[in-house]
Amino acid sequence: MSDVSLRMEHVYKKFRKGETYNSLRDLLPALTGKMFHGQELDTGERREFWALQDISFEVKRGEALGIIGRNGAGKSTALKILSRIMKPTKGEMIVNGRLSALIEVAAGFHPDLSGLENIYLHGTILGMTRREIQTKLDQIIAFSGIEEFIDTPVKRYSSGMYARLGFSVAAHVDPEVMIVDEVLSVGDYVFQQRCLERIKTVIKSGTTVLFVSHDLKAVTEICPRAMLLEHGKVLTIDRTDVAVRKYLSLSKDTFVTDEKSSVYISNVRIRDRAGEQSKFDSGQTAWIDVEVIAREATEKLSVVIWFKDETQYIIFHTSTERLGFPPFSLKAGATYRCTFELDLNIAYGTFQLVTEVHRYDIQKGYDRKEPAATIFVGSSTAVGGAVNCFPRLIESETVAASSQYCEV
Amino acid sequence: MKSELKELYKYRELLYMIAYRDIKVRYKQSIMGFLWAILMPILIVLSGVVVRYAYTVVVHSPMKMSDIASVAIKSVPWALVVSSIRFTCQSLFGNRDLVVKIYFPKEIFPIAAVLACLFDFVVASCALILFLFLIKIGWSVYLVWIPVLIATITLFCVGVGLLVSAASLFFRDVKYIVEIFLTFGIFFTPVFFDIHMFGRRGEWLMVNPVAPLLEGLTDCIVRHQSPNLQWYLYSLMFSVTAFAIGFTLFKHLEPAFAESI
Repeated sequence: MSDVSLRMEHVYKKFRKGETYNSLRDLLPALTGKMFHGQELDTGERREFWALQDISFEVKRGEALGIIGRNGAGKSTALKILSRIMKPTKGEMIVNGRLSALIEVAAGFHPDLSGLENIYLHGTILGMTRREIQTKLDQIIAFSGIEEFIDTPVKRYSSGMYARLGFSVAAHVDPEVMIVDEVLSVGDYVFQQRCLERIKTVIKSGTTVLFVSHDLKAVTEICPRAMLLEHGKVLTIDRTDVAVRKYLSLSKDTFVTDEKSSVYISNVRIRDRAGEQSKFDSGQTAWIDVEVIAREATEKLSVVIWFKDETQYIIFHTSTERLGFPPFSLKAGATYRCTFELDLNIAYGTFQLVTEVHRYDIQKGYDRKEPAATIFVGSSTAVGGAVNCFPRLIESETVAASSQYCEV
Repeated sequence: MKSELKELYKYRELLYMIAYRDIKVRYKQSIMGFLWAILMPILIVLSGVVVRYAYTVVVHSPMKMSDIASVAIKSVPWALVVSSIRFTCQSLFGNRDLVVKIYFPKEIFPIAAVLACLFDFVVASCALILFLFLIKIGWSVYLVWIPVLIATITLFCVGVGLLVSAASLFFRDVKYIVEIFLTFGIFFTPVFFDIHMFGRRGEWLMVNPVAPLLEGLTDCIVRHQSPNLQWYLYSLMFSVTAFAIGFTLFKHLEPAFAESI
């Protein structure tokens, strides 16, 4: 076998928006209409769109490739074509070796069956033989961490337990090619870390991995190379940090200026000491420059900035007025500039910077840039949550039970 | 078609697993499962007895035990036909998570549905055999026909099942149409009656491919004679053709499944 594990050559995929004829009751009259009155059938051609256009890439044996891109960029479609669930409209595709797709970890589960029965069921669906499952059974159960509930019907499981069991089965398939699509979003932090560890082990053992995630940190950690998709096309295939930076700069496209408002934000940029930047380390200092231009004379303005995380939760906000700077007034055509200096004590993640020109006393927003910029904050210490408190473990000891308790 | 059948064979373990899952879920409460297997045959037998009784009143001849036996023998396989076509019809839709997300030959679902119904059929047959034994139906060499006839019925069910399961995915009203056919199909199939009651016109009813198979079963169990070979071959041809067309069409449409659910 060659050392190429996966290859797509000029793959196109066309989808139809909406339904054409999904019942005979609609189709038959349409067919007779065509026969007797020469009416055209609605084949839905006008509503077609290309989900993938000219996708070509190659993954070598044992390599891990990340796939990033916004929602609807075509990531899942590409994976579905690779895992042969869908056929490409045009183009060629090669997969060498057994492929296992971790697309939906618990798709094969039946709610009425017990955890143990579902291990067999799901394992077989993922392509393991009964004997293979038998030999790995103990490992699978141990990995899932739900030994005590293994004989309970999975419908009584929490969604986290469901996902853990599903992942445990899938992680033990030992495929030659593994496709991981956004499965880490389930389960708690500890389990997510364990999944990442498992995927790393799998890569080390020589398995080819395709990793799709919105968790840019995980992609950076796992894959040396990444492919960036946008509107069904490959924007770039490069080193992961390069692809990630390009991905983050994409969100600038949604920069809209309101033509009518009397004041507008003409420029926003976030930078580090060296210049404009989208990738920061936790704790690093960043500067945000905002430029406001007035079309007409406007009074009592302030500039408000805030950060939102991936869930749209506002993790931080401030404004010129809150920082003690009195509201400013602008004459027609005048420009206002300000710079905020911030310590990014944020735990890792992707955050959007939003800026707004606001008048507090009448609660009026004039112009808003959302997002004005998207930044990615990485952290060298393993911390979770929204903020980084820079934890240090300074003491750790185990104390033996004292004798008076032992007697009980 | 050959390579596709080969792939299906490669996935046989999954086929058994899915069939096992369907059976297991249905028999989770063992008494309910058993009742489920014999409920439909028993209802068919009871309605058959009512119809037969009306017939004996009209022709002024007493009702014989063999009449009831004949109705019972035809009811159990008819229940197999009805339930397997009904289950195959939903089999792809009911497993849409798997159809959309994981690759394997999707004909496993309709075939597994037929296998699960075959299990019900075996359970019901045990009850039937006990009944036939109690009324001392007797036996003959023609009983060797039984497995052949049942295999043909199963092939017919799989063929039709492949067709309706794929069709119901693309056209939502297929399942209602199938349901109508299954409800009224019994009046066009010799279950309550025997073909010979119609005299020469009985031939017309044999055009229904299930009819020669059910008649064949009564022939070899109740009448201790060989089934009508010509009509059996007709049914066999029909079943093989249904399977070939169903399988080919199913495989042809399979790549579009994930998009149309």
